[in-house]
Amino acid sequence: MDTVYYLVQNMLPVAIPLLLVALGGMFSERSGIVNIALEGIMLFGAFFGALFVLIVQGSSMNPQTILILGMVIAALSGWIYSLLLSFASVTMKANQVIVGTALNMLIPAVILLFSKMTFNSDGITTNISFYIREIPILSKIPVLGELFFQRTYLTVLIGFVFLIVSTVVLYKTKFGLRLRACGEHPHAADSVGINVYFMRYAGVSLSGILAGIGGFFYAVGITDGNVSGHSGVAGFGFLALAVMIFGQWKPIRILFAAMFFAFLRTLAYSVSLIPFLYNLGINQTYYKMLPYLATMVVLGFTSKKSRAPKAEGIPYDKSQR
Amino acid sequence: MENYIVEMKNITKEFPGIIANDNITLNLKKGEVHALLGENGAGKSTLMSVLFGLYKAEKGEIRIHGEAVNINNPNDANAMGIGMVHQHFKLVEVFTVLENIILGVEPISKGFLDKSQARDKIIELSERYGLKVDPDSLIEDISVGMQQRVEIIKMLYRENEILIFDEPTAVLTPQEIKDLLQIMRGLAEEGKSILFITHKLNEIVAVADRCTVLRKGQCVGTVDVKDTTKEELSKMMVGRDISFSIEKGKRESGDVVLSVRNVTVASKIHKNNAVKNVSFDVRAGEIVCLAGIDGNGQTEFVSALTGLEKINDGTMHLCGQDITKASIRQRSIIGMSHIPEDRHKHGLILDYTLEENLILQRYWQPDFQKNGFIRFNEVRHYAENLIEKYDVRSSQGPVSIVRSMSGGNQQKAIIAREIDKKHELLVAVQPTRGLDVGAIEYVHKQLVDRRDAGKAVFLVSLELEEVMNVSDRILVIYEGEIVGELDPKETNMQELGLYMSGAKRNTDKEAQ
Repeated sequence: MDTVYYLVQNMLPVAIPLLLVALGGMFSERSGIVNIALEGIMLFGAFFGALFVLIVQGSSMNPQTILILGMVIAALSGWIYSLLLSFASVTMKANQVIVGTALNMLIPAVILLFSKMTFNSDGITTNISFYIREIPILSKIPVLGELFFQRTYLTVLIGFVFLIVSTVVLYKTKFGLRLRACGEHPHAADSVGINVYFMRYAGVSLSGILAGIGGFFYAVGITDGNVSGHSGVAGFGFLALAVMIFGQWKPIRILFAAMFFAFLRTLAYSVSLIPFLYNLGINQTYYKMLPYLATMVVLGFTSKKSRAPKAEGIPYDKSQR
Repeated sequence: MENYIVEMKNITKEFPGIIANDNITLNLKKGEVHALLGENGAGKSTLMSVLFGLYKAEKGEIRIHGEAVNINNPNDANAMGIGMVHQHFKLVEVFTVLENIILGVEPISKGFLDKSQARDKIIELSERYGLKVDPDSLIEDISVGMQQRVEIIKMLYRENEILIFDEPTAVLTPQEIKDLLQIMRGLAEEGKSILFITHKLNEIVAVADRCTVLRKGQCVGTVDVKDTTKEELSKMMVGRDISFSIEKGKRESGDVVLSVRNVTVASKIHKNNAVKNVSFDVRAGEIVCLAGIDGNGQTEFVSALTGLEKINDGTMHLCGQDITKASIRQRSIIGMSHIPEDRHKHGLILDYTLEENLILQRYWQPDFQKNGFIRFNEVRHYAENLIEKYDVRSSQGPVSIVRSMSGGNQQKAIIAREIDKKHELLVAVQPTRGLDVGAIEYVHKQLVDRRDAGKAVFLVSLELEEVMNVSDRILVIYEGEIVGELDPKETNMQELGLYMSGAKRNTDKEAQ
């Protein structure tokens, strides 16, 4: 049982960045814009979040307050960076995949350059601990308390709040209905007076905000508050795209997909704690390939049935019918 | 002075290189069905787009309820009570009927969508106007006819008073057309004013009070429908007399070109076979028409005949060669030409140029290809020839993008391609679908011309008039079976209708 607790406690901080970034991808693609720049946006958000932490870590501020403020900074920077994608692909009608790729390539280089110039290092190293041993009261709930409210990060709770809000926004509000219409049939949306360009800016902006936060949460929960221009976010942005597709562009399914990938990753890093796997005598490095191999296998099998938003990737042109 | 709900005065709308609307005036009375008649490309849709705020006119004035207004976008039009059913429906396929109807005017309570309020209103509208819809079905699961009813409810839900129908019958089956015309009359009686864009004369006579005719961007005139005839209307529209009957020489049928024996094709929709044990011959120099109500296995049979789908059982021979398992290209080489039912899906690559589309089947032949490279000079030369010979009109000749061409000219391009290549059998599936009378006349002439040139023509049609006028022999298909073989000279539309609806069959012919 302790192993299960250990796995879940370690899985959640990994799952949350995947979940948030995949939800971001979902908002963007549901509005009709393929957001392949998630990886870059994550790193951008993580960098500014960590920069903020670096600046304030000497003060007497509560670590959890710093986390929340850092999240806001990361969200803002992610949003600003995503505006480049919106401008290029919505206003200028550029090819979304190429713009996204360019944005992804830009960021690690910028971070490396900036960090070398300023800190003479490859990135930002912070020394604040956001770790929470246990959350009062909630951690006393039998089983669940130990699973979700002990040895964790605030990011996990915030992540679930975002999931619920995203689900409600997408399915229960006017905004969500209009956003989905723009990703499926923008001409239909236009014909009933919906501003397709605005909705697509909104979708990409949401993805920028969520991916920025996701990047910061990755830094908090996985790399101990550090950001490096070399390792970046280790392909989590692309993994999140896979999570989104595996989750069929639906929030709750995306949660399960994120859990699945996070579980594989946690398992890979915990092999030495699980006697059965440890005794197999396979080099542990192979296990670390698991989430990435699973991506290929899962997408290979599900892509035939998957149904992406119909109009995604196609710049909206009023005059074409 | 009469009271008009909409007055469009001296509207002029230009596009680069073409005047789409030249000084057009149109007045709509309250509670009338007003038809807007014209050939493809006459400017009907442009005029309505101006009224609906999709385009801005260079000159002219629009008055609603006597007041001059500015309509800059569909929202403005909507606010003035103008609604439009577009030719290509503007519906989100993965949304429910209800979601599509409320999109853009969502009822909200406490910040969230209030679907139950919308559902009540939709059900009330649907009962009041006889528009049967199920609010919770997905659009992709319902029939085209029901999708159109959703579009109509969409306008009523927004409390529009002026309803524009852009070629609403082009996509419907005959029964659905009948229902729609009835609904339109009902709406007019309830006080709604209807603008009805069409090029089908029968529908105008059946439903419209007045009719405005456009030709090449100009207004030819407005007439009371009860004071005019179909012939007069068509003359106004085309500018010359149109012959509704087709002149045909005597029939001299020759050798068997196509021989179909016991062909059975599985259905993709249901478990039964879509085509059951069908056998017939088509000879050189005759037009054989496969008649039937839509959805009785015609599409499946044609897919099998042309090689798009495999058959379960039976054999097919073309010019004496077994083509049962031949590839599409082999069939084409042996001598099959095909004018497909869905010209956008199977006939053309819409974003290719006209010249590229014209060599789609032949690009690999030495005429057009050398050492793996396409001989573009030859292609251009060939395309220019065909365009000239078959009068295919487009803005930029051989390099026009096919998507930008009118439906009639797209069809002409396909016909040119299929007829110009070497062929013994021409398979034409609903070749006049969605075309105006001028273009229909042209297509029919080409079919008869092929027959007179000694080719075999296999025509699939849903239009009774076309079946009776064009064919030399009629095969009636009902639920996948050939239920009768008729001679158009010895039968009439009533009898044909009975066969098509399955009420009558002559089994001895089927047994042969």
